[in-house]
Amino acid sequence: MHDHDHHDHHHENDHAPVAKDEKIHSYYQILGLALKELLIEKGVITADEVRKAIEYRDSITPANGARMVVKAWTEPAYKVRLLADGVAASKELGLDPGALNLVVVENTPDIHNVIVCTLCSCYPRNILGLPPPWYKSREYRARVVREPRAVLAEFGTRLPETVEVRVHDSTADMRYLVLPMRPAGAENLDEATLAALVTRDCMIGVSLPQA
Amino acid sequence: MRTPNDIGGLDEGPVDVAIHDLTFWEKQIDALNMLLGAKGIRRTDENRRYIEMLGHDAYNTLSYYERWTASMSRLLIDKGYITQEEIDAKVAEIRGRLAKDAG
Repeated sequence: MHDHDHHDHHHENDHAPVAKDEKIHSYYQILGLALKELLIEKGVITADEVRKAIEYRDSITPANGARMVVKAWTEPAYKVRLLADGVAASKELGLDPGALNLVVVENTPDIHNVIVCTLCSCYPRNILGLPPPWYKSREYRARVVREPRAVLAEFGTRLPETVEVRVHDSTADMRYLVLPMRPAGAENLDEATLAALVTRDCMIGVSLPQA
Repeated sequence: MRTPNDIGGLDEGPVDVAIHDLTFWEKQIDALNMLLGAKGIRRTDENRRYIEMLGHDAYNTLSYYERWTASMSRLLIDKGYITQEEIDAKVAEIRGRLAKDAG
């Protein structure tokens, strides 16, 4: 299995030093580097694939989700398609939702939606990029399903008691995205200005767009 | 009994809403995991099962991407891609390189 030509050719890349500002110290950090190097040496992956995967991940930002939200705000027919089939609606915009199901849940004057993954960190990564640190934290995962209003308040979001809060627990093959309400005062804004209102936190449901 | 990752509904403190960028090491682990998925070597539900198998001590002590690393190593060993002996040798080699870089 050991591909010497390949290994020698990429030798320098394989053993690229860690960034200067980053200390590798724990056993598991070294283990991670060991797995990477072994997988490359065995030809399971290449150093170039690792580099491209990092670039690809860095290229996915919440702006993708914001495009979907703004289109739903400005084109009622798209909103219907988005709520019916999030995967197809994301592909319409040239986005790659991946192999996972994507369910878009709509906020209304009566219903506010929040997403979480209590068991791990399932998140619409292909639409919003990597989840923020707090989304993966024990505190958020444990509490948002039990006291969502208290958790939302910690993000500065206070909802009237009359609004029903629905918490959606993601799974390994089911991801959610919140379609926030178009804020009052945003009637005459152009699409670029609207998109800037749609932050990542709005699409997770811990925050509301502010015009 | 709950598995270590099954924490929905438990009492916990306030959410730390601070944002920080991933380190390059974290990005590499994320990339490895993504590539193993893309190549059909592991599925998302397998990833979670291996994390559930870490046990409470490891789960509660390790950082997020350290947990991914631990689960990935078990999966790669179980599926025959890598042996524990190869891992031990490579870890020793990297330790040597890091010590040399530091010295």
